[in-house]
Amino acid sequence: METLLSVRELRKTYRRGGGVFSQESEGARFTAVDGVSFEVARGETFAVVGESGCGKTTLARMLLRLIEPDSGEIQFEGRDLLGLHGADLRAARRQMQMVFQDPYASLNPRMRVGEIVSEPLAIHEPVLTRDQRLERTAAILRRVGLTEEAMQRYPHEFSGGQRQRIGIARALILQPKLIVADEPVSALDVSVGAQVLLLLQELQREFALTYVFISHSLPVVAQVATRIAVMRAGQFVEVGLAEQVLNQPQNVYTRELLSAVPELPRA
Amino acid sequence: MSGLLEVRGLTVELPTPSGWVRPVNEVSLRIGAGESMGLVGESGSGKTMLSLALMGLLPPGARVSGEAKLAAQPQASTKNLTTLSEREWRDVRGGAIAMVFQEPMTSLNPVMRIRAQIEEAIRAHQPKLKTDEVKRKAIDALRLAAVPEPESRAEQFPHQLSGGLRQRAMIAMAVAAGPRLLIADEPTTALDVTVQKQILDLLDRLRRELKLGLLFITHDLGAVAQVAERVAVMYAGRIIEEGPARNVLAKPQHPYTQGLLRASPTLKRGTLTPIPGTVPQLTALPPGCAFEPRCELRRAECAGAVPALRIISSDQAARCILV
Ligand SMILES: Nc1ncnc2c1ncn2[C@@H]1O[C@H](COP(=O)(O)OP(=O)(O)O)[C@@H](O)[C@H]1O
Ligand code: SF4
Ligand SMILES: [Mg+2]
Repeated sequence: METLLSVRELRKTYRRGGGVFSQESEGARFTAVDGVSFEVARGETFAVVGESGCGKTTLARMLLRLIEPDSGEIQFEGRDLLGLHGADLRAARRQMQMVFQDPYASLNPRMRVGEIVSEPLAIHEPVLTRDQRLERTAAILRRVGLTEEAMQRYPHEFSGGQRQRIGIARALILQPKLIVADEPVSALDVSVGAQVLLLLQELQREFALTYVFISHSLPVVAQVATRIAVMRAGQFVEVGLAEQVLNQPQNVYTRELLSAVPELPRA
Repeated sequence: MSGLLEVRGLTVELPTPSGWVRPVNEVSLRIGAGESMGLVGESGSGKTMLSLALMGLLPPGARVSGEAKLAAQPQASTKNLTTLSEREWRDVRGGAIAMVFQEPMTSLNPVMRIRAQIEEAIRAHQPKLKTDEVKRKAIDALRLAAVPEPESRAEQFPHQLSGGLRQRAMIAMAVAAGPRLLIADEPTTALDVTVQKQILDLLDRLRRELKLGLLFITHDLGAVAQVAERVAVMYAGRIIEEGPARNVLAKPQHPYTQGLLRASPTLKRGTLTPIPGTVPQLTALPPGCAFEPRCELRRAECAGAVPALRIISSDQAARCILV
């Protein structure tokens, strides 16, 4: 399988503490992401699962260069992502988009949904006419299960599930190759979360998307992953095909996580 | 079974710009001493409003009707809870009825040591206790909640504790004054799975050891399976199914409960089936069965009137015309 994304020895440290206490801890640093390496094949869903604070979000943001790593390499479509600047970086960025956990916080409350979803087009495809832009926006909104009327409304007028659909529409409008989704269903109700998971799977097939899917929940990851990486304290402790990690976990911590998942009684 | 909490036809109404809505609609339930009841529902189903009604913490302007009685000391709590004055509530709340919330950070005081907070909770209900008695009780409560090294943890501030320990401290504070009923509203939602399991085990142990009635509120069917003997499922303000946990979760009878189970991710792959549509707005409830717009089994008569809670067996019931 062809590799879309390749990550080598990615590392990020933060200063411990910060804020009002920063003086006393000056110099003390801790490692949020500690030498992580992996490859993601085109069309797969590479899931990263781990408990809060293990470094998932930091990793996700580094993949899109929303956070600069301290060291390591990221190759996207064979190009050195960390070495790109200016127009080249912009060109690479439009191929990689993020879907966030909190559909409330990630959408600008003062912008209409039409502007929110079409904004990436305005930035990356400025040659489009207004009508072309509207047409593309309406089309992607329809595709994620919303109506065109949504364009005139504000985020607060929508439910959590609908807001996550708006976030997905915004991420997809440039037809990217890679989507990094950080806890995309954690803030949603069960029945709505399942809708969003299935929508992400449909969109993946339809638009030949590759996913890096980040979650604290093994049951959620089990539904979508091709491969699973189990992350703890900044490192991958186990990486493997989803079936393997779920059914024959090799690592003690993976087993601990699996056994903590509550079971439902069966009929 | 002697009923500890007996709720009959409890209704909570709130004013909104588009008229009165009923987040809790004719709810009846019963919890015995030492029994646990899981209350399951998605956001907006009315779970939290119901628990606030049982704690006398409804927002100003709310209207309550129906009955909620607690067979426990002090005297005030054998009265209908919906009619208590704020003065009477001060005795009951944190006394006979205590509550644990989802996010301990919002209910613990950030600038007070853990010990002082627990002592305050004890003094509020046992004002005549001597200082060293109160102090001993506070440490006992921490020990009961399995806080390691309770004496030194007691001297710390909430932000110095991990999420799991903070939740234990909250639970210690809740049980310190010897409640009969403990209401836990999504107590593990913000926690990692490994910590979640420990907290659920703790609640289960406290229920048995202290003979507490436990009302466990959650959207998580897996968590409910771990702690609740009985389960009530809420939808749009009403209980739509109730029965022993193993029956309701393994052989659900109401189409919504069935849908919720199919929509809950498990470790088994390829089994997820969402429920179409969204939870109805309380301002625009369907006239008949509230689940009708999303129900694949609906019939013409479902839209006519709200179905009654029908008895399935001696201890299971569902609000659906098909059962
Ligand atoms: N900007 C920051 N400054 C300092 N520490 C941070 C910052 N962002 C994250 N951290 C810390 O780095 C660790 C990993 O965080 P994060 O990547 O958010 O983990 P996760 O997404 O797995 O919960 C945590 O201990 C977190 O508190
Ligand atoms: S009463 Fe009708 S609409 Fe409601 S759950 Fe039963 S079958 Fe479905
Ligand atoms: Mg995160």
